[in-house]
Amino acid sequence: MSKLTLKTEGDTHVVVTRRFQASPEKVYRAHTEPELVKKWLLGPEGWSMPVCINDARPGGKIRYEWADAKGNGFYLTGEFISLEPFRRIVHVERMHMPDTTPDNHVETLFEPDGQGTLMTMRMTLPDAATREAMLATGMDQGMEQSYQRLEKVI
Amino acid sequence: MNLDAAFSAMADPTRRAILARLALGEATVLELAKPFDMSQPAVSRHIKVLSDAGLILQRVDGTRRPCRLAPEALSDVDRWLAMLRQALSANYDRLDALLAGMDSTGKDKK
Repeated sequence: MSKLTLKTEGDTHVVVTRRFQASPEKVYRAHTEPELVKKWLLGPEGWSMPVCINDARPGGKIRYEWADAKGNGFYLTGEFISLEPFRRIVHVERMHMPDTTPDNHVETLFEPDGQGTLMTMRMTLPDAATREAMLATGMDQGMEQSYQRLEKVI
Repeated sequence: MNLDAAFSAMADPTRRAILARLALGEATVLELAKPFDMSQPAVSRHIKVLSDAGLILQRVDGTRRPCRLAPEALSDVDRWLAMLRQALSANYDRLDALLAGMDSTGKDKK
């Protein structure tokens, strides 16, 4: 069974959960200290994060820039809204690829779970429409089947 | 392909239904209008939005203008989502390794 779950909630939310075998304090720090963030928040293999700005205080800026060996790159900008050390982070983020994706409002909770941590990341898209657009593109079984059919006819 | 245009085009339930119908195969405006309580011009307007967003293609066949999905456009959006899932999984696997190397005093052991 995969440790990562990704599901929808209500009209505008996407909820990701993940368990870690480390204390909430460590998991929280790995999300807020740039030296730690740039070691893991890298996406697919082959990417690095040459710029990692993570000013973890209310109103503080976030800017992550990713690059691969071929010179491709994209970046994310955001702002912290509130932080409760080792327990909760609220921030907003958007990707620039270079098209800017809609603002994603993210609440990340770190809860003790036995010896480890249960992280729950709740993303809120600006409206039902944006989230529905995400659903229509692959999280929905019906569309997945449509794609499979589609591939046969291409 | 503009992600913003694609997202906003797919934000409408009628347009998503049109996309779902087209995933089954080519259809004319008349055929697409049938399941909806909607005039043909209204459906044509939805088709124009989808077409401008690069999500569907229309060809001329005599007096008919059959529509079909633009597969490469949808797969762009799909790829973005797949990337999100993959990136999250890869990230957290790396984070597991990083956490295993951190000691309890709050310093990174390396």
